[in-house]
Amino acid sequence: MDFLITFLNGLSLGGIYAMIALGYTMVYGIAKMLNFAHGDIIMVGGYTILVFLWINPIVAIIASVIFCMLMGIVIEKVAYKPLRGASPLAVLITAIGVSYLLQSIAQMAFGSAPKFVVIADLGTLKIGEIAIGYSTIITLACSAVIMVGLNLFVKFSKTGRAMIAVSEDKGAAQLMGINVNNIIMITFAIGSALAALASLFFLLKAPTMTPTFGALPGIKAFTAAVIGGIGSIPGAMVGGLLLGVIECFAQAVPAIAPYTDAIEFSILIIILLVKPTGLLGKKRREKV
Amino acid sequence: MALLEVKNIEVYYGVINALKGISFEVNEGEIVTLIGANGAGKTTTMNSIMGFIHPKNGEIVFDGKNIVGMPTNKIMRAGLTQVPEGRRIFAELNVYENLMMGAYTSKDRSQVKKDLENIYSLFPRLEERKTQMAGMLSGGEQQMLAMGRALMSHPKLLMLDEPSMGLAPILVSQVFDMIKHLNETGTTILLVEQNAEKALAIADRAYVMETGAITLSGTGAELAASEKVREAYLGG
Repeated sequence: MDFLITFLNGLSLGGIYAMIALGYTMVYGIAKMLNFAHGDIIMVGGYTILVFLWINPIVAIIASVIFCMLMGIVIEKVAYKPLRGASPLAVLITAIGVSYLLQSIAQMAFGSAPKFVVIADLGTLKIGEIAIGYSTIITLACSAVIMVGLNLFVKFSKTGRAMIAVSEDKGAAQLMGINVNNIIMITFAIGSALAALASLFFLLKAPTMTPTFGALPGIKAFTAAVIGGIGSIPGAMVGGLLLGVIECFAQAVPAIAPYTDAIEFSILIIILLVKPTGLLGKKRREKV
Repeated sequence: MALLEVKNIEVYYGVINALKGISFEVNEGEIVTLIGANGAGKTTTMNSIMGFIHPKNGEIVFDGKNIVGMPTNKIMRAGLTQVPEGRRIFAELNVYENLMMGAYTSKDRSQVKKDLENIYSLFPRLEERKTQMAGMLSGGEQQMLAMGRALMSHPKLLMLDEPSMGLAPILVSQVFDMIKHLNETGTTILLVEQNAEKALAIADRAYVMETGAITLSGTGAELAASEKVREAYLGG
């Protein structure tokens, strides 16, 4: 029974990692950059929920998603777009700078002490011996819906296919009449919306928020994206779920629980050694 | 008035002067070809027209509008498209999805459906393979797909960059027959080719490029008969 509960908790945590990892992987696939400020969007989402929670939780969640989308779009326009075509290192350093900027702004606005953001007390579901938090169930269900929805969107919508086209060949995509800037903007908006939802699910699990809240889940989700193969949407999902399950099982065993983070990052190193492109990553076909 | 008029464009890559003020024109209904050796500036010329490269000086007038400085996706919407060198089909999309990408700017669904049927009748091979990932196609099929995809947008001017590159000789002939056929059914064509013999055979007019400049021009037949062209490009 414990095994099943740990597994479900792992999938639920993994679902959140997958949501964040999708932001990394989609932005990488389409804008060919590592957006290290992505984790901090989770934090922005958390504080936005805090600010609007007095109205009611649903309004707060919607406000958080919208605010994060706008934030993602603005950050891309102001910080990254002027660097299009610059060296990857310059873009990377800018992203790290944006990350610190967001953390500092949050610290000025909300202080560095943890804030409690109690969205709802959902209670626990008990079936015989099994006791599982409703937050876990909701997270699982929502992340499943989001992942299926995102896959359908990318595969079947015109915009989704344009995203595939841009990620594969920007020049050829432009020849189809696709406005690459718009596609990049939409990608940032979707990634940021997913980060906002991730913060919601984190807060349902543990209702505290700090200015550096996004750092660790951010880096873990990035790890998940790389494990799955950065640039690959199914890869981010698989990587996220895998990492979440590993994390929960490691924490369930007292002897290795303190080394959970080390174990996760070691798995990254091992996978990269065996398969440098990640589990589902494709080797870029050389063009003739 | 010419459909496309290139006036004195100059392109620099850093300090290298890749195009030294070239001028030419394409009239509606024509096949015009640019021939020349590797590095003569043919692809640079196309990329300048398509807006991938912005010339330092000169004008490119398409359909009465100067398109220098316009982004590629807007130039495409103005009715100009290119089958790029190396085909550049979307390997991760299937054949049908690739063709639909070509119709990205079309709003009229029933028209798109008709266009798709038309492409399938031009290239029956594509219909047979419509659910296959484009990356799995052979070189010749990829070339057909790239042409079909470009045609889905009803370009006023279709530019083809080295369409015969890397194809088996029998396929090369097919590609040139298809270009001729497309032209006869109303598409104006600008063709860049290293296979000068085949290109001149179907072209109404032709320009010879050498190291960033146009050195000769005339009708396809004139250039095919010219001593200089025969020596340099047609193997004597």
